Amino acid sequence: MTTEIEELYQEVILDHSRRPRNFGELADAAVRVHGDNPACGDEIHLGVKFDAGGGLEDIKFTGRGCAISQASASLMTMKLKGKSLTEVTEMLRAFHDLVTDETNEAPKNLGDLRVMKGVRKFPQRVKCAMLAWRAVEQALEQGAGEAMVSTEPA
Amino acid sequence: MHKIAARTIDWKAIREDFPILREQANGHPLIYFDSAATSQKPRPVIEALHRYYEHENANVHRGLHVLSSRATEAYEKARQRTAEYIGAASADEIVFTRGTTESINLVAQAWGGKFIREGDVILLTVMEHHSNLVPWQLLAERTGARLRFVPVLDDGTLDLEQIPSLLTPEVKLFAFTHISNSLGTINPIAELCARAHAVGALTLVDAAQSAGHMAINVQELRCDFLAFSGHKMCGPTGIGALYGRAEVLESTPPWHGGGEMIVSVALEKSTFKKAPHRFEAGTPNIAGAIGLAAAVDYIEQIGRPVIFEHDSQLARYAADRLTELSGTRVFGPTEERGALVGFVMDAAHPHDLTTFADQYGLALRGGHHCNQPLMRRFGVSGTTRASFYFYNTTEEIDRMIEIFHAAVRFFS
Repeated sequence: MTTEIEELYQEVILDHSRRPRNFGELADAAVRVHGDNPACGDEIHLGVKFDAGGGLEDIKFTGRGCAISQASASLMTMKLKGKSLTEVTEMLRAFHDLVTDETNEAPKNLGDLRVMKGVRKFPQRVKCAMLAWRAVEQALEQGAGEAMVSTEPA
Repeated sequence: MHKIAARTIDWKAIREDFPILREQANGHPLIYFDSAATSQKPRPVIEALHRYYEHENANVHRGLHVLSSRATEAYEKARQRTAEYIGAASADEIVFTRGTTESINLVAQAWGGKFIREGDVILLTVMEHHSNLVPWQLLAERTGARLRFVPVLDDGTLDLEQIPSLLTPEVKLFAFTHISNSLGTINPIAELCARAHAVGALTLVDAAQSAGHMAINVQELRCDFLAFSGHKMCGPTGIGALYGRAEVLESTPPWHGGGEMIVSVALEKSTFKKAPHRFEAGTPNIAGAIGLAAAVDYIEQIGRPVIFEHDSQLARYAADRLTELSGTRVFGPTEERGALVGFVMDAAHPHDLTTFADQYGLALRGGHHCNQPLMRRFGVSGTTRASFYFYNTTEEIDRMIEIFHAAVRFFS
């Protein structure tokens, strides 16, 4: 077993990909975002409900895809649920840096998400990790209703 | 006869001709199972490119100096070799292009632009690569023509029973692949050509996955167009060919305008050369064509029937061995298949499996393989594909199965 593959697929990631948390339809979602990665056909359907201050009161997802995209979505929903708008925006940037920036030190506030750090060694898998996050970003931008997002902008 | 020949071939020595196969990948000996995407190149092809740039490089057709004569001669000789390779009646039926995609776009835009009208039908199949689908969508949008599709059966073969109802007199062109790049299905192209001609439709064969693996004779097939790429058959990237039957090619108007393709130019109007030069505007990929001819020579030295026997045996062996992995679904026909096998595994998504395999030096392809409608037909978002060529071995397949067993343990 090589180190890089173990670093990429840490036990936490495999666990979340096998048993994703917050997986399901969010009945009273304010925004529903359909995200896809046309390069591989992976999909995510994200439902988000906001609190009075614009924070994420509840968030759930369904979809299908590789272990990286599923685990990233699962870990993300756990992390973002109950967070304020500012915190979510901050987390978005921090996660992007975590999986793309070779020199990033994986800040503590990312918590469990730090297990996704191994993705940076696999540039072709960054889009898998980012799919759910792009969907959240779109949900914030849209605010209400239905939206689409793709890792390959048309 | 092929089997006798196969025994006399020293495959190990042939493997030695491919310098890249000695590479290490992630600390392991490279196992290259992605030849359906692009094949590796043997030394004679690499040397032909060197020789051209060191001794012959000049522009073709216009120069009056010695180098230009050499380059022109080599370029036109490459056209002749390419024509012979697919059994064309004349070198004038070979247009050099960037590859299969450009060849098909040439037909869609130049031939289609002149001959396809509103209400006409272009018949395709559900297993076409995007390169034999999107150009026709664009043409249909522009002209008001309609597209129809021959369905694919569960075993990965075409539903030939549907052909009588699909192949009606409104069909002006039937374009189909010889070998499916995801399923490995080998289509009965001679039969498809005959049935198309019976209703007066022209035919285009996408030979991207077959040209380097099987003997093809366009005169026996009686196809009107045939497209293929050099880089999938030991040649360089950026070179390919379009075969067009002389009469059809001659009736096709120019495509790109520019130098090389004209007879005379006035400010308001120009006259154009005959085919194939009419379709080769600008300085062509001279080195590429010469490299392609070297690839043709190399492949013919081994012999395509022997190559086909070898490669399809590998693919069948791989398909058989994959069934020993639980939760694995292999796509495509079981009896006869081209040099590839596509599959999905419950334990690991194609991208996870491909990333995992890569860590052991095994190069696979995971994804939709430019076959999105076909993936949808089979209810998957993608597959993992292992594709083979004559430099691959059964030992490499055994190693692949070992790696897959490890992947199943890792991901489940």
